[in-house]
Amino acid sequence: MSEVEAEIDGELIGWRARLADNDLWHSFTHSPLAMISAAFTVIFLLAAIFANVVAPHNPFDLSQVNLMDSLLPPSWMDGGNASYLLGTDDQGRDVFSTILYGARISFLVGFLSVIFASVIGIVVGLVAGYVGGFVDTVLMRIADIQLSFPAILIALLIDGVLRGIVPRNDYDDLAIYVLVLAIGLSFWVQYARTVRSSVMIERTKEYVQAGQVIGLPGHTILFRHILPNVVGPVLVIATIQLALAIITEATLSFLGVGVPPTSPSLGTLIRIGNDYLFSGEWWITIFPGVALVLVVLAVNLLGDWLRDALNPKLR
Amino acid sequence: MAFFILKRLAQSIIVMLFVALIAFTLFRYVGDPINNMVGQDTTLAQREALKKKLGLDDPVVVQFARFVDHAVHGDFGESYRLRKPVSALIEERFPATFELSMTSAIMALLIGIPMGVYTALNRNGLLSRGFMTLSLIGISLPTFLIGILLILVFGVVLRWLPTFGRGNVVHLGWWSTSFLTTSGLKSMIMPAITLAIFQMTLIVRLVRAEMLEVLRTDYVKFARARGLRSSTINFSIALKNTLVPVMTIIGLQIGSIIAFAIITESVFQWPGMGLLFIQAISNVDIPVMAAYLLLIAFIFVVINLVVDILYFVVDPRLRVQSR
Repeated sequence: MSEVEAEIDGELIGWRARLADNDLWHSFTHSPLAMISAAFTVIFLLAAIFANVVAPHNPFDLSQVNLMDSLLPPSWMDGGNASYLLGTDDQGRDVFSTILYGARISFLVGFLSVIFASVIGIVVGLVAGYVGGFVDTVLMRIADIQLSFPAILIALLIDGVLRGIVPRNDYDDLAIYVLVLAIGLSFWVQYARTVRSSVMIERTKEYVQAGQVIGLPGHTILFRHILPNVVGPVLVIATIQLALAIITEATLSFLGVGVPPTSPSLGTLIRIGNDYLFSGEWWITIFPGVALVLVVLAVNLLGDWLRDALNPKLR
Repeated sequence: MAFFILKRLAQSIIVMLFVALIAFTLFRYVGDPINNMVGQDTTLAQREALKKKLGLDDPVVVQFARFVDHAVHGDFGESYRLRKPVSALIEERFPATFELSMTSAIMALLIGIPMGVYTALNRNGLLSRGFMTLSLIGISLPTFLIGILLILVFGVVLRWLPTFGRGNVVHLGWWSTSFLTTSGLKSMIMPAITLAIFQMTLIVRLVRAEMLEVLRTDYVKFARARGLRSSTINFSIALKNTLVPVMTIIGLQIGSIIAFAIITESVFQWPGMGLLFIQAISNVDIPVMAAYLLLIAFIFVVINLVVDILYFVVDPRLRVQSR
């Protein structure tokens, strides 16, 4: 074995050993619920991302949709068609395929708004915790006020305001970004508060003082040295908020102030299907609903596991 | 104590002014208020006259002061869409939302607190595990989906309960109630359950967590060491102390019930304020949005204030500190 190969081999072994030694990994491989939830989330996420390959039909390609096939029940029921596993909706679109395409938008809005909220929240929390004084007081007062209102209400309000500002013709194209903005702005507070309290503890530690003594600029200390130490709790919040963001998006879309029916998310699909509930075509609304609940439940379970795994008190 | 209440009161007023500023900004700068109030064929002169009459030429500070003054007197202008005074619309819709919210709040408390206490006392029991799993599912179930499922089962398949509206209401002065008719009561069942489930899951988890915390404290251990009966320890000592922090959260929950009522009202076409608000959002009906925002903020602030004062009354330690 040449020296280089030995080195690569050594590195690989080192990488594996480190992973096996890692607390988080250990806890993960010993929690069946966490593994099942993670597997489900990843599979669903991949199916949604590659919906154009995975889905049996393209429900938004008009040449593939046949109105004659509209309102077919799921394939195992009387009158069902084998090529439409979960039945079809009023326009003859395959429900299974619309769920995959819809989940893509739900995930997209969910991830983008969590990223947006965490960036705002982390920056506000870092600044408030590190600078302190008047800046801290003002930022935390705003956070307090916002926190005393439910996030869904704030998201609805921001959504309503943006509807007033965005020109009506462009609204459908911009709906996703409007949602991300609305959900992101209603979710940042939790990050800010958590990061702030961690920063206030970190600030007094020696490594920060050392940085200040050798004259590092404030932003270097803040972002290069303090930030990595407060990232754990942020990860937990982000996971739980991903579930919340997906629910909030679905709720807004269900209420008719979210994603338009031309590129529906899971919430929009449930809204569309809701009109057919009374005439007995339950599958149009129930299957997207089940998909939504499963995704949210899986992400919630992951969040629960992560919170326990990262909490040293519970070990 | 008086100082504490005054301080809280001052804080509440600042919060209300802050919310009023947001509402005012909405009203003044999202879209042109004049354009929203007049038709296409209004002349420029008429527009100018209206502008003058509404005082939109005045300095912004004066306009804001006038906005607050009007709001305090219950005048929120006219809805762009319905061409009716917003205060009349809200007065008409308020009883529906209030009755629905209170029914589900009471439901959530009456079921949630016993379930939370039970799961805390029998931590590893089979039933407790079942409750906890149910509550996790409850948190993952979006409110609107609970409503849809109930409609499907009890409205469409079994046909036991009405699926929309309030049923027949009885008018008592300006208040309309659905408690006095059978169809009203029947209509209340599904929306109230839908609204209560999410709150209930939160209350179960919260009561459980607080109770477990209290059961670990020294005074509970001491009570056990003294040989008190476990029912005395659990209910007279532990539960009492659990309920202090739970009270705060319940105060906030009432606020969030009103917010979640928007969703429930939309699912069941319940003619309350939430439905009014959601229609206002889809139509960018700013005066209604602004009024709703102020009203909700007001309810929140009042509840918070009441909870803070209650805290004082219930927890003697706070009284000692402030002296």
